[in-house]
Amino acid sequence: MPEYVLRIRRYSPDTGAAARWQDFTVDLEPHQSVLDGLLQIRDRQDGSVGIRSSCQAAICGSCGVRINGRPHLACHTHLESALGTSGDGIITVEPMGNMPVLKDLIVDMDAVHWKKIKRVTPWLVNSEPVPEREYVVPAQSMLDITQSMACIQCGCCVSDCLSMEVDPLFIGPAALAKAYRFVGDPRDGEHPARLKDLAQDPHGMYDCTHCFNCIEACPKGVAPMNQIMRLRRIASADYGIEDDNNGYRHEHAFVRNIERNGLLHEADLLPDSYGGKFHPRAVPALVGSLPAIVKALMRRKVTLGKALGHPHKAPDDVKRIFKVVHQRPERRELNLYVTGTEDEDEPTYARGGPTDGSSAGHTPAERSPNA
Amino acid sequence: MKVAYWPGCVSRGFTPELHGSMAKVAEILGLELVELDRASCCGAGVIAEHNQELADTLNARTFALAQNEMESGASLMMNICSTCQGAQSECQERLDANSPYREHINSTLAEEGLEYRRGIVNKHFLWLLVEEIGLEEIKRRVQRPLTDLRVGPFYGCYIVRPTDRLGIDAQHPRDAYLHQLIEALGGTVVDYAGQYKCCGFPVITMNRETSLKQAGRHLGDAIDANADCLVTPCPLCHLNLDLQQPLAERVVGRPLGMPVLHLPQLVGLALGLEPRELGMSKHVVKPTAVIDWSTSVVGGIGTTRAA
Repeated sequence: MPEYVLRIRRYSPDTGAAARWQDFTVDLEPHQSVLDGLLQIRDRQDGSVGIRSSCQAAICGSCGVRINGRPHLACHTHLESALGTSGDGIITVEPMGNMPVLKDLIVDMDAVHWKKIKRVTPWLVNSEPVPEREYVVPAQSMLDITQSMACIQCGCCVSDCLSMEVDPLFIGPAALAKAYRFVGDPRDGEHPARLKDLAQDPHGMYDCTHCFNCIEACPKGVAPMNQIMRLRRIASADYGIEDDNNGYRHEHAFVRNIERNGLLHEADLLPDSYGGKFHPRAVPALVGSLPAIVKALMRRKVTLGKALGHPHKAPDDVKRIFKVVHQRPERRELNLYVTGTEDEDEPTYARGGPTDGSSAGHTPAERSPNA
Repeated sequence: MKVAYWPGCVSRGFTPELHGSMAKVAEILGLELVELDRASCCGAGVIAEHNQELADTLNARTFALAQNEMESGASLMMNICSTCQGAQSECQERLDANSPYREHINSTLAEEGLEYRRGIVNKHFLWLLVEEIGLEEIKRRVQRPLTDLRVGPFYGCYIVRPTDRLGIDAQHPRDAYLHQLIEALGGTVVDYAGQYKCCGFPVITMNRETSLKQAGRHLGDAIDANADCLVTPCPLCHLNLDLQQPLAERVVGRPLGMPVLHLPQLVGLALGLEPRELGMSKHVVKPTAVIDWSTSVVGGIGTTRAA
């Protein structure tokens, strides 16, 4: 059997000693998991290594760790693939980020993850009147939330959320995906209240920076960031919730800006996102940005003429596209998690070249030709 | 090589030095840029957040315009903005995945006689440099090797995540291309904590503190790693890292002064162009370290290598 070296980050806050790296060598098959390696180390070499695990089948969500710097389920990562991403032949295993370490690879999920999940009222609030027997909903209306229901609460997305890294109060990807699970559920009766709450919270859904780290981290294809975008879309388009964080205004200012200019006219975007150049909300923001604005003018990065004029005009057919799509009776969305990808031939995403083997990487929950 | 060229919005708006330096570098590399001047903004993720179909239709239109150029000799579509690459790849993923959906989008474009045909190749300048021109060829063209210039790559988000959508795998390590390129140009790669993190730009109007903290932290990490400058393939990252740097300094409470170069500026410097020609005087943070470096290198061809 091949040998693998696992470099584990050891840390026990109680002892007062600093964290350190410790290398262990295990003899296992390439298809066995990093968790198999960790458990063998604990059983045969050092019983004090702290790791949380249970099902060993990527269902329970207990064994989230960082492998070679990126969050994974230890039970769902083959030793051979971990070796492939290691760079130097040593597989590093660390606890997840954004959460306090309790011991070695075990983090305090209660302190961060579960607290945030509780924050979003993670249960169904019945819409009234409650039917005498069960709620009957069309199967189609539930398809869209199967993606957020696939979450196993492992915390991998929380671990690498870049917004939470600088703003620990951010509700975060897992909890917001959970929120969408109820906002997308036709049986829930509190959609507007839920959305208003998440839009108004300064650390709510508009605090997501769109960095895709949670999409990359999730072992179950939940794509939390996409669920956050759905929350924003529904809050804005279906309920017209104008929040105090400029989320609604920024979106609408951006869309109007492109409809008018074809290209983004940045000089308008900032003030318009605050409600317009002369709005009381905009004044402090503009004054706060003065050092940047003045420097930009001084360096001739931006000229006054370009900032105040509108050098571009959207072509007529671009304006027509805005009109046609905005006038549709229903928004049309395609969720590849639900529809899957046609496999008539290889997907091409921006690659080209005959040697490009690729897979779409989505987990088709169900194929539905008209989704 | 002729390419259908999508410069994006910001390279013609608040980072004009990007568009200008790209044109200069293209000339030296023998790249013929056929500008898609009727194309519209990619939506930067915001239009997709507002209405997915709207973003997909606008980008399908851009792809169709590029495909028309490709029929008359352009090899592929090229962009110079990570955000464009990411937002357009997202739309392309949907358009390519589902033919009824693609037909629906095309029915909107039909009135202008446009049609998107599945499978456009749309590459960021960074990918084109490595995959089409090749690192060996670039090495041959270097006039002023970036010897002793310590460059921190700042990839940002849109060009590296999600990996499957962006075609990153063992054969195409696109998340290491900046590293490879800096080395090919003769520079020294400086690894630092923030190189794959978010610049914070998308939330600058929604949560200013989060946004500037992100920018300030990454710049600080680069300083702590002794970088002379950063290079980014994304003009939106450049806005937060350069234009907003004086504000980021206040939020993180430390002086920064870290020059941030656009990708074509770094390439141009190695190809022998002067900092001023590449628009570096337009940056908010003066790239003093880079200019000092460029004037301290004597001679050019061969001399620094031999030394």
